[in-house]
Amino acid sequence: MNLVTETYNRLVIKITNLNKWFGENKVLSDINLKLSEDENLVILGRSGVGKSVLIKCIVGLEKAEEGRIEVFGNDIQQMGEFALNKLRKNIGFLFQGGALYDSMTVEENLLFPLKRNAPDLNEKDKNELVEDVLDSVGLLDAKLKMPSELSGGMKKRAGLARTLVLKPKIILYDEPTTGLDPFTAQGISELIIKVKKRYNTTSILVTHDMKCARTTADRMIIMDEGKIIARGNYKELQKIDNEIINGFFR
Amino acid sequence: MYSGILRGKLKDFLVEIANMASFTILTVKYIFRRPFEFSEFRRQSFEAGYKSFSLISITALIMGLVLTIQTRPTMAEFGAESWVPTMVFISVVIEIGPVITALLFAGKVGSRIGAELSSMRVTEQIDAMEVSGVYPMKYLVVTRVLATTFMLPVLVIYADFMALLGSYIGFTLHNNISLWLFIREAFDELYFADIIPATIKTFIFGFFIGILSCYMGYTTNKGAEGVGMATNSAVIMSSLSIFIIDLIAVQLTQIIL
Repeated sequence: MNLVTETYNRLVIKITNLNKWFGENKVLSDINLKLSEDENLVILGRSGVGKSVLIKCIVGLEKAEEGRIEVFGNDIQQMGEFALNKLRKNIGFLFQGGALYDSMTVEENLLFPLKRNAPDLNEKDKNELVEDVLDSVGLLDAKLKMPSELSGGMKKRAGLARTLVLKPKIILYDEPTTGLDPFTAQGISELIIKVKKRYNTTSILVTHDMKCARTTADRMIIMDEGKIIARGNYKELQKIDNEIINGFFR
Repeated sequence: MYSGILRGKLKDFLVEIANMASFTILTVKYIFRRPFEFSEFRRQSFEAGYKSFSLISITALIMGLVLTIQTRPTMAEFGAESWVPTMVFISVVIEIGPVITALLFAGKVGSRIGAELSSMRVTEQIDAMEVSGVYPMKYLVVTRVLATTFMLPVLVIYADFMALLGSYIGFTLHNNISLWLFIREAFDELYFADIIPATIKTFIFGFFIGILSCYMGYTTNKGAEGVGMATNSAVIMSSLSIFIIDLIAVQLTQIIL
């Protein structure tokens, strides 16, 4: 089964009329979104407006009650477990805290998905790939460290390396700079750009850090109370006269 | 008003039972899905089995010792002192050994599984597995459930023999008997019909300790508070299930044998 269809017109993600509730609380309201190949889309918004829920829906970790999410032309909501898992190999996800497996070293964290998703690769190739990816995120020296020995920034870089090892076509970043000092946050933002160039990835980046958004975004959307309230690039959004939007640019 | 609250509680309870049932069915389904995570199963068996040996050794030894010390004077009054090894060993093999060992196992291993999986859930490690194309049910749940299912019977058999040793020590405080004769006396009235249901029961105990602890940990959703709740619930639910299964097993054994 070829889940990544070439005929999909360079459109990698298409979301149509997406609605999601947690109990009686509507967290996503009528979301419509398109993402083209090689694009870096930043989703800005205050905490709790549904940004993370949206990208979790894209990867199938959350299920929306209404609407359609197409990734490479496949409707995520309708896919069976096996097909979804196969598609997920093309989608990387960087969690807020890195989500490293705490019983494994950094190297084992990278080898874990690799062994299960690329069984044909021999040990030497796997180790070379792991070292190459760790080198690209600047963590080669930390490969034998346990996650508890890493700083916040290193955990995020290790999480990104674990995502990159499967060579995904799309990467979803959930608050990549949250909880980091400004210097480390800037380093992560630059790393996101570097990864995009080196691995030709399409990305969605969820953040409320304007500096990170400015560094990484080709295009931005701003969410509030589960809805998309504005779209455009940095300069276009800056001109909009809206209290919430202006709050990000102050 | 109270009937409304009761109805709500009953509904929650039934929903929880249904969720547990579907979690169990899913686990069983994943047991047969290849490839099997053998190295993780081996690691979990080591954690559940080998690391419980010292606790089981001490507890079972004391259990046999205390049972013998408390039973011997009464038996001696009726001139049935020679029956002490048989009586103690039969009660240990059929009932006390499996139940006490399973309760200890639920406390030690069940709590570890509950805490481990719930902390993996709240730190998004389980989600990370899922999005990287790994089946967390297969890697985390199946291996733990199989480890508890196969390790508990081994520990129970070991506990039976440690209790026998404890009983021998207790018996020799007042009597002079060789270990060999004591063992022969202990096994004298023990039949396969006693051992087999007791052993089957321990596999079921192990399975339920594993499945309930995994369920509590895997489905937690309340952050750090959820980790504590999952650990607590894993032990309570596992311990409760041991008594319920034991009750059913006793009834079934009486009907069948």
